[in-house]
Amino acid sequence: MPTLTIDGQEITVEAGIPVIEAAKRLGIYIPRYCYHPGLSLAGSCRMCLVEIENMPVLQISCYTRVQDEMKVVTDSEKVRVARRAMLEFLLSEHPLDCPVCDQSGECDLQNFYMEYGRYDSRFAENKVKKKKAFPIGPHVMLDQERCILCTRCVRFTEEVSKSNELGVLNRGSHSVIDLYDDKTLDNPYSGNVIDICPVGALTEREFRFQCRVWYLDTQESICNGCSRGCNISLHYNATARTYKAGGKRVMRVKPRYNPEVNQWWICDDGRFGYEFIDQNRIEFPYIRTDSDLEMSTWEEALQKASGAISGALETVGPEGVGIIVSPQLSNEDLLIVKRLFVEELGISNLALKNPWQKPGYEDDFLIKADRNPNTQGAEKIGFKGDAKAILEKAAEGKIKVLYIFWHGFEDDEAAELLGKADFVIFHGVNWNGSAEAADVVLPGVTHAEKDGTFTSFEGRIQRFNQALLPIEEARNDIEILLDLAGKLGYAIEISGEQAFEEWQGLTHEALGEHGTATTSEAPTEA
Amino acid sequence: MPIVKILSEFFGNEQARDLQWRLKHGGYEAARKAFREMQPDEVTQEVIKANLRGLGGAGFPTGRKWTFVPKDSDKPTYLAVNCDEAEPGTFKDRYIVEWDPHRLIEGIIICSYAVAIHTAYVYIRGEYVRPYERLQKAIDEAYEAGILGKNVLGNNFQLDVFTHRGAGAYICGEETGLLESLEGKKGWPRLKPPFPALVGAFGCPTVINNVETLSHLPKIIEKGGQWFADLGVERSGGTRLFALSGCVNKPGVYELPAGTPFRELIYEHGGGILDGKELKAIIPGGTSAAVLSADQVDLPMDFDTLAKVKSMAGSGAVIIMDEDVCMVKALHNIQNFFAHESCGQCTPCREGTSWVYRILSRIVEGKGSPSDVETLRGLNQNMSGTSICALCEGASMALGSFLEKFGDEFDYYAKYGRSYVEDARKGAVAV
Ligand SMILES: Cc1cc2nc3c(=O)[nH]c(=O)nc-3n(C[C@H](O)[C@H](O)[C@H](O)COP(=O)(O)O)c2cc1C
Ligand code: SF4
Ligand code: SF4
Ligand code: SF4
Repeated sequence: MPTLTIDGQEITVEAGIPVIEAAKRLGIYIPRYCYHPGLSLAGSCRMCLVEIENMPVLQISCYTRVQDEMKVVTDSEKVRVARRAMLEFLLSEHPLDCPVCDQSGECDLQNFYMEYGRYDSRFAENKVKKKKAFPIGPHVMLDQERCILCTRCVRFTEEVSKSNELGVLNRGSHSVIDLYDDKTLDNPYSGNVIDICPVGALTEREFRFQCRVWYLDTQESICNGCSRGCNISLHYNATARTYKAGGKRVMRVKPRYNPEVNQWWICDDGRFGYEFIDQNRIEFPYIRTDSDLEMSTWEEALQKASGAISGALETVGPEGVGIIVSPQLSNEDLLIVKRLFVEELGISNLALKNPWQKPGYEDDFLIKADRNPNTQGAEKIGFKGDAKAILEKAAEGKIKVLYIFWHGFEDDEAAELLGKADFVIFHGVNWNGSAEAADVVLPGVTHAEKDGTFTSFEGRIQRFNQALLPIEEARNDIEILLDLAGKLGYAIEISGEQAFEEWQGLTHEALGEHGTATTSEAPTEA
Repeated sequence: MPIVKILSEFFGNEQARDLQWRLKHGGYEAARKAFREMQPDEVTQEVIKANLRGLGGAGFPTGRKWTFVPKDSDKPTYLAVNCDEAEPGTFKDRYIVEWDPHRLIEGIIICSYAVAIHTAYVYIRGEYVRPYERLQKAIDEAYEAGILGKNVLGNNFQLDVFTHRGAGAYICGEETGLLESLEGKKGWPRLKPPFPALVGAFGCPTVINNVETLSHLPKIIEKGGQWFADLGVERSGGTRLFALSGCVNKPGVYELPAGTPFRELIYEHGGGILDGKELKAIIPGGTSAAVLSADQVDLPMDFDTLAKVKSMAGSGAVIIMDEDVCMVKALHNIQNFFAHESCGQCTPCREGTSWVYRILSRIVEGKGSPSDVETLRGLNQNMSGTSICALCEGASMALGSFLEKFGDEFDYYAKYGRSYVEDARKGAVAV
């Protein structure tokens, strides 16, 4: 393993890595535009130039491999002069769009200018006119004048999405990024080009002009769009459901690096599928009076739910109650469900899957056909089976009370069965067919509004963290369940994390940054 | 010294393009000799002994370049023949291909034999329609005569030669831009290393040589490397074709020994300066080379000497400027070329060449200001030593040398909005 010196600090790294990465390990961030660790090397922006002993000219640190006894200087006067020169070149043609540019505040032109630029402009020519602000796909806008031709987006479409929609057309200072003829940027991963574009040339159509980035808070989370478990950050506006954004709190979703799962990327479904967090939410508890659902207090709703369950237990016994959990629930939620309904009440009519839900598109990169984040977790905790048998029992009157988490049974067959059930409790976050048909509706929270873990299809347990308060009167699911337990006469005192620790023998903290493979035994029969 | 004509022996001779005629006049004899009498390594050694330098512009020793090709590679090795000839002022390769295409093909065979190459591509400038037609015809005839193909000249050695026409980009003459273009991609130069000798066309080891370089091989094999080396100067053997243009009476292609002084080329062969005017400046090796002033006219034209005076022998394109040439307008023209031809891949070149050109355009339109010249100097510094390929370096060499040697003309034009040279001619220089 070569040992080199960077800015006077010695470091030993594995052979073959570029100097820019070795520097990063010492906490030295070398500015760059074209370099991206997830893409092939372009070496074209010339921003990452550094001084290397015995080399006649500055070298690009993205392309230069470490060597034993190499001496690198990343911040000499010569280097700063070169960086300033590259910035001046890049900004010479750049439009003065910052006040109206979405990238403003997270733009590497602005950032590096403040660090290395700060010169007076000597560009006195007319700027080259290029195409501004036009959509190149369902999610992405391109502004060719803001583009600095780093080709990250092109390399992404060649190497990662392998869809080849984008290229550099023309030559010299007339070069532009554009779509190839007859192409649209509509591959399932198109949104990633927005993240890797170091400037405001590629912006998100959904996010355009919605919010200044400095008003956003971020929280680490896990995508709930499929069983891959991509690591994400939720970018949200904590202050209010802004008028401008149509009541949205979560403003956008960004991928979060996890080398084991999604590297730097996420799919478009995950990126743009966050609207359920703020739209069509069940904001209050409801109970059915006569034939209508009416808003109620939590006390009333839980009373009614517990009354129905107690009634069924008394008249029929545990077989009189059916529980359909959801693979959208966290491991912690599911552990509490199991504790209350299975272990305390002895219920065995359990189901997990909605057999009417068609498997989604799947590919050999990230997207999995199972559009739920926690099927593995639910199965490992002991839930399995599909909901059809339970619904049939309910329709036949064998099950008196049906407790449904999340699932919207909207398929004709399912809706008909559900319609024949005696008493339905719905516990979930969005209005759907099951909620509309229920006798009691208990509003739980989304993964943006609670802490917890999901288990990916590979068995990797990963944490997500609460970003938002529960919407309106919605409540944390575990609180709801514990309250209900109390009403049923069981004083369960356990937190989600305690339940998790009992299950896995691990704290949440111990899962670390990138999650950990599950340690539990094969699925326990429930 | 009697003038030795190697490459230009048959220039102007209509018959030399004909294979049958050419076979009667020494054609393919050297290649036969190589197959008959020499091991491949001996061919390379002869070329090294000849001090043959790359005549495409960089002057890299040809035989040494061949030795960089790995001998134990499990991949095929390719030859890419550079006939892109796009450096302004350069028009010598077309003479070879138009008048004596079989000399090039013979050179290709000799190189291929030496390096164990079985496929050669000739990358030919798109605008070169006639040269392409003549070369293609010669290749076709060579195939028919069994000179190319499965058994080259009756030997157990296969060689296929393909022509590939460019689409009009100077950058596709840069060797790795050429390879990208050959592979069907945009002609963007590659990062180096690896050099093409290790990873070239289609990921395989590749030798890239200029047309003129390869066309020298038959004579080197015929007469020996020492004979060739003795024609030239210490580290640059043989003759080369000088493409003389600009303000001279007899522009054209002249074959002279490497190291011949400019004076001889201009005054003896080129017939002196047009209209008997004074020499003002010489561009010694294509517009990428730093301009020389008239007092450097006695310098010998060889790679090492010109490198010592911070210019270069380049492609052997000698452009002459007389006392009436406005250096501001001349540089404006040159920088127009670089701005137009920059491939746009890397920042300093894409932005720098176009910025420089636009400042010069403003000055030439009379809208300059004195600070513009300072800006040009600054940009020149920032363009030097920071780019991917040598195009930017060439633009910067031209810019820097014009400003260094003729800075007053730029200051004058920027300040008064008029050309110093033209004012001087009218006797109206501002003071
Ligand atoms: C911008 C640029 C343009 C070039 N154009 C040509 C060209 O048209 N023909 C050529 O033979 N070499 C050209 N070269 C030089 C080639 O890169 C390369 O050095 C040459 O083909 C090697 O062959 P040689 O060693 O026989 O000279 C160019 C170089 C640069 C940087
Ligand atoms: S890309 Fe960056 S520098 Fe350019 S307008 Fe947007 S914020 Fe400003
Ligand atoms: S659009 Fe963005 S990512 Fe693509 S080349 Fe331009 S600056 Fe780079
Ligand atoms: S120096 Fe110019 S021509 Fe060469 S790669 Fe960079 S932009 Fe292209």
